[in-house]
Amino acid sequence: MEELNRLSLLEAADGLGKGLFSARELTRACLARIDELDGKIKAFLNLTPDVALGQADLADHRLVAWRQRGGDRPPLVCGIPTAVKDVLCTQGVVTTAGSMILEGFRPPYTATSVQHLLDAGMVMLGKTNTDEFTMGSSTEHSAYGPTHNPWDLQRVPGGSSGGSAAAVAARFCPLALGTDTGGSVRQPASFCGVTGLKPTYGRVSRYGLIAYGSSLDVVGALARSAADLLPVFQVMAGHDSLDSTTSHRPVPQITLNGSELAGIRIGVPKEYFIEGLQGDVAAAIHNATDVFLSLGADVKRISLPHTDLAVPVYYILAPSEASANLARYDGMRYGPRHPSQDLWSTYARTRGSLFGAEVKRRIMLGTYALSAGYYEAYYGQAQKVRTLIKGDFEQAFQKVDLIACPVAPTTAFPIGAHRDDPVSMYLEDVFSLPANLAGIPGLAFPVGFDGKGLPIGLQLKAPQFGEALLFRAAHAYQSVTEWHKEMPRL
Amino acid sequence: MSLSLAEVRHIARLARLHLTEAEERDYQQQLSSVLEHAARLQTVDTEHIAPTATVVPMDAPLRADEVRDCPPPADILANAARVERGMFRVPPVMEPGP
Repeated sequence: MEELNRLSLLEAADGLGKGLFSARELTRACLARIDELDGKIKAFLNLTPDVALGQADLADHRLVAWRQRGGDRPPLVCGIPTAVKDVLCTQGVVTTAGSMILEGFRPPYTATSVQHLLDAGMVMLGKTNTDEFTMGSSTEHSAYGPTHNPWDLQRVPGGSSGGSAAAVAARFCPLALGTDTGGSVRQPASFCGVTGLKPTYGRVSRYGLIAYGSSLDVVGALARSAADLLPVFQVMAGHDSLDSTTSHRPVPQITLNGSELAGIRIGVPKEYFIEGLQGDVAAAIHNATDVFLSLGADVKRISLPHTDLAVPVYYILAPSEASANLARYDGMRYGPRHPSQDLWSTYARTRGSLFGAEVKRRIMLGTYALSAGYYEAYYGQAQKVRTLIKGDFEQAFQKVDLIACPVAPTTAFPIGAHRDDPVSMYLEDVFSLPANLAGIPGLAFPVGFDGKGLPIGLQLKAPQFGEALLFRAAHAYQSVTEWHKEMPRL
Repeated sequence: MSLSLAEVRHIARLARLHLTEAEERDYQQQLSSVLEHAARLQTVDTEHIAPTATVVPMDAPLRADEVRDCPPPADILANAARVERGMFRVPPVMEPGP
């Protein structure tokens, strides 16, 4: 079938619903596209075509049964080929977190977020590349090599959900799952010209998500539009007794009606328009706010005064949590073991040789920040400044309903650009970190291209549990613009 | 905020990470650089600010003390480097570390 892989999630769901093609045909089209191009892009770490085709057949049975007997239509994600970031555990399917220390690891269970989608009929094509334990903003820190941006193969796709973003951009599949701890769904969405959702903290279960920063990690998704992501969100979200940090708040049934935003107040934070912001990125953001105005929204300048503290706060808190979360990787119960003369050496050499440099850097940073004598000055102080950052948003959301801003200061940078200076990489996250620190949801979508033809993303941020408004505003924008329909030439 | 090599070695010991000499020097420089940036936090007045214990309101839920099914032991042992008689085989635990 011609290029079924190019269909968006909703287009594919429409075709499947009408019986124009089968989930098996759709899956085979995606696998063929991957076969043709992933040698250059390297989005996938592990392809599971047999699993996928089996799931596609089950989806086909469900859809056929519905067409013959009526009743409720299976969920829109039924039969949709999907890429899953390799930090989400998938029972029996190798899950590495992009690390050597989990090489060959087959989880004995599946992450709840993934299971919900599988139960709804999602077809899992395979596992996508990520910075090791999601620590990075470019997917260059994967132990298995970088993923290449489909818009320019010499450039990064962003990170850490770079494999997932690249897979959607390259039309390998209409949907990919990612995770966002400091921007890891939104920034690769921006760099790859796709739409990415970071839900509110606690909105989606983290059970089965290989943990990096437990107070920051969120499971999210990437697709070609906000409307595509809505049915995914509806299935993934909700309380889970296996994750005590999930919220009991009911998941709203969200409908998207048209493109009007009258009465919606959108704030643009002045602190995000800094010297390091690439000129054409700033221009694209301003053009996008003009579109919001034309849709009837009220756009105003706001202040988030503690914005410049987000990077130091995050790079104390996240590594601290990581140092605790990664203590379990000791070669004893899973993963390879570096044999040595005694227990201590086995720990130290297993971890020393199988963790990558960025991971070790963050473990060391976190260990230091939590150590006796330094805990209050570093971790304790960072937790208090976090309260100030969170407070900026609480105050802003008394005056506006949404915040609109750039996702990253630049468009996709060349592979290797930050190699010599890890701190310069950390500064790429300045606009995306605050949402994780405040626990609020964010949705990133393309709003233009720079002078080199690289995608530019804008992100909308909403108050906690305010996803409905995010979807509504992004969908309104995408109803009157075409950026999200552009495809890289491959 | 500059870390000494002795401090770097102390942190590596706490973190159970074996580092080469070259790594020790690299991390000394890189960690010092990050901590210098983080020093900014010390200038913020937080005297009356509470730390963010939970970013979203939550409590510690309880459940009934009921026995539930466990995964089969074979599944749990399947990923281990060394297994013996249904147990994880590890180096002796009783010897002192450095």
